[in-house]
Amino acid sequence: MRTKALIRLTFLSAVICWLVLVFSDVTVLFARDRGLDPGVPLWLPRVMLDLYIIALFYYYKFRIERDESLNFTDLLWKVFATGLISTVLSLSIRLILTVLGSTTLSTNILFQDVLYQINFALFLSFLLAAFTSWKRLILYQKSKWLIRMWTVFEFALLVILLYNTIQIAIADELKVILMVLFGILAIMLSANMKWVAYLNFRQKWTSILILVLTLFYIGYFFWSVVWNLPAELGERKGMYLSFGDHYFNLCLFFFVITYSVFSFLVILFNLPTSSVFEQKLEEVVNFQRISQSIQTEQNEESVYKILLESSVSSVFADAAWLEIRGANNEARFFTYHISEEESRNIAFHLKSNNVKGILDQNTDKTKNLSKHLAGLKGTRFRSLLSFPILVKGDTIGTLALLKELPEGFNKEMTRIVSAFANQAGISIENFRLMEEAFQNERYKEELKIAKTVQKSLLPDKLEKDADFEVSAFSQSADEVGGDYYDTIRIDDHQVALIIADVSGKGTTAAFHMSQMKGIFHSLAQQDLDPKEFMQRANRALVFCLERGSFISATYFAIDTKVKKIRYARAGHCPVLFYRANTRQAEYLKDRGTALGMIKTKDYCNFIDTNVISYASGDIMVLYTDGITEAKDQKGEEFGDDRLKSTLLEVTDKDPKEISEYLIARLYEYSGTHMINDDYTNMIVKFK
Amino acid sequence: MVHIKRLQEDGADIIAIIGEIDASSSIELDLSIAKSVGEGFRKILVDCSALEYISSAGLGVFMSYIEEFKDKNVTMVLFGMKEKVMNTFAILGLADLLLIRDSKQEAKQLANELSV
Repeated sequence: MRTKALIRLTFLSAVICWLVLVFSDVTVLFARDRGLDPGVPLWLPRVMLDLYIIALFYYYKFRIERDESLNFTDLLWKVFATGLISTVLSLSIRLILTVLGSTTLSTNILFQDVLYQINFALFLSFLLAAFTSWKRLILYQKSKWLIRMWTVFEFALLVILLYNTIQIAIADELKVILMVLFGILAIMLSANMKWVAYLNFRQKWTSILILVLTLFYIGYFFWSVVWNLPAELGERKGMYLSFGDHYFNLCLFFFVITYSVFSFLVILFNLPTSSVFEQKLEEVVNFQRISQSIQTEQNEESVYKILLESSVSSVFADAAWLEIRGANNEARFFTYHISEEESRNIAFHLKSNNVKGILDQNTDKTKNLSKHLAGLKGTRFRSLLSFPILVKGDTIGTLALLKELPEGFNKEMTRIVSAFANQAGISIENFRLMEEAFQNERYKEELKIAKTVQKSLLPDKLEKDADFEVSAFSQSADEVGGDYYDTIRIDDHQVALIIADVSGKGTTAAFHMSQMKGIFHSLAQQDLDPKEFMQRANRALVFCLERGSFISATYFAIDTKVKKIRYARAGHCPVLFYRANTRQAEYLKDRGTALGMIKTKDYCNFIDTNVISYASGDIMVLYTDGITEAKDQKGEEFGDDRLKSTLLEVTDKDPKEISEYLIARLYEYSGTHMINDDYTNMIVKFK
Repeated sequence: MVHIKRLQEDGADIIAIIGEIDASSSIELDLSIAKSVGEGFRKILVDCSALEYISSAGLGVFMSYIEEFKDKNVTMVLFGMKEKVMNTFAILGLADLLLIRDSKQEAKQLANELSV
């Protein structure tokens, strides 16, 4: 909004200045012609001209220089449009005059002066528009020096403008020297043509046309304000404000015309090479496409396609193919203007002619194979260039480019395509790394879920009874463990207990653990004999567990009525049983094979039910091998004996305290809380 | 870490396990037994005298071959086990399932008897 107001303001001031200028100039001319006193100061027209120039300068500054949306051709169009309007206006006045013919009005000196001032003003406006546009073009690629030079140049123009008004006497020699210096500065600035390189072929032609027209306008105006003066005005030189009187006008004119001619010539001579620049630009764009394809597209295939397209368009190949070897050594072809069969034929021909290391997957050299193709009949191609595509040092494929001309590829092309192939390799490598990272992330996420599942499989509350108290502790080493313990009430005087260890770790262990939980909860309620329980559990598990994995478990049925425990040990760590009356603890090493090891009904021969009785103060310690196999710094295991002696230290404590004490001792022994296995204990103390 | 050596003696394949067998090294043990079976050996003797430790995964490897050996009429005898390792086998109830002998001589003899 502010800019718009400023544009209007400057334009309005320019118009007012010009009106005052015309009025005063006509008055001065009339007075001088008649030898009268003009009644206005003689300097007024000159000052008004300066003000007019300054107003217009700012008008264009706001309209052209500050407008960021303009590109090069837009700038030229602005100049062209201003020129066109000015010329059309000037020509229409001329036309009207011609139509009117020779009348008193047309020969009137004052009328002629008004017409002259109109042309003059239009010319100046056009020159200033061009000046502003050229400024933007010159300063397109700024450097410190360039900006300084331009500032000096603008300042010099201002000084010249003021000099004309003030009219200090300067020696003619000095004047010449200063003018030459100004000319050199203008020419040096005109040498800044970098913007030309950014034009494409079409834009260059447009620019040339516009510049020619611009030069034509300048020529026309110059002719109409300098040479083609009406005889009446020509005789009265110095009485009115004329173009030639003003050094500023001449300097501006000189600069605008110099830059126009320079630009014209530079663009003209750049025309033949512009296709090369465009080619280079396309290469850069293609390069970016390859490197960004991974982010935007989602597969390797798109990278291959872009590589093929880019390479073909960069070297003007007539045909091309890309052979990619998959993980199972299966070749995939991406082709361009060639059939897969023909590609295979050429590859085969080269192979059979013993041309080594060409389409060989193991080569890391790019080769120009033109001479080898001459011998292949039935193919239209005479040149071949091949590149390996490397990912992490392994060749994953070959890119082959073909031309119908012999010796059709030069070094430059080899370099470009080689860069493309490298970039494609990097993109694919990045893509694979990203895939891997995704997989890892997914795996971690799965583990997290499995851990949550596993945690939820362990009971929150253990069964309570008037006859005994139970406490348990479990910790898993990895994200997911395979230790399981649980209790369930069978009836008012019987409670079932289980402790189990699933072989292996991770997600599968957690799944097997959940199976074990299911088995325990369904079978225990049926009040089975422990041996029967294990047999059925084994039968259920053999089909679920994969080869090599098994579950060790011990199942207990505590009968409080008869104060007896029936249990079956299926390969699990022997129970440590403390008897209060003898103050001795012993391991109950009964026979029993782990679940899932024997797949037949023979399992009943490898498992037994054992019975022991308990009394008040007795303690039963159930644990997993994570406890007994925990190692100290020297690599020695915690072991059965140490577990036993630890228990004997705290037999008078309640189960929770015993459990905590055991774990504390375990940490103390291993010197860390990070034990490399799952470890669980469950303490049952009888009242 | 584990190191597994194989050598043939009197038509029997002797697999010597040196070191520890845990979840990751159990794959190596599995591979060498599979190789031995693949090569058609009917008598496989496993030398456990230098076996320091075996995890449940390692035990799983032995156990996973029981059925296959029965079908193919292959005899596998383990021998020279240290007490601690033997204990691991015993706890899991594998001592009754697998053929375990103290010395190589006994193991060879047993294999010869059974494979007749």
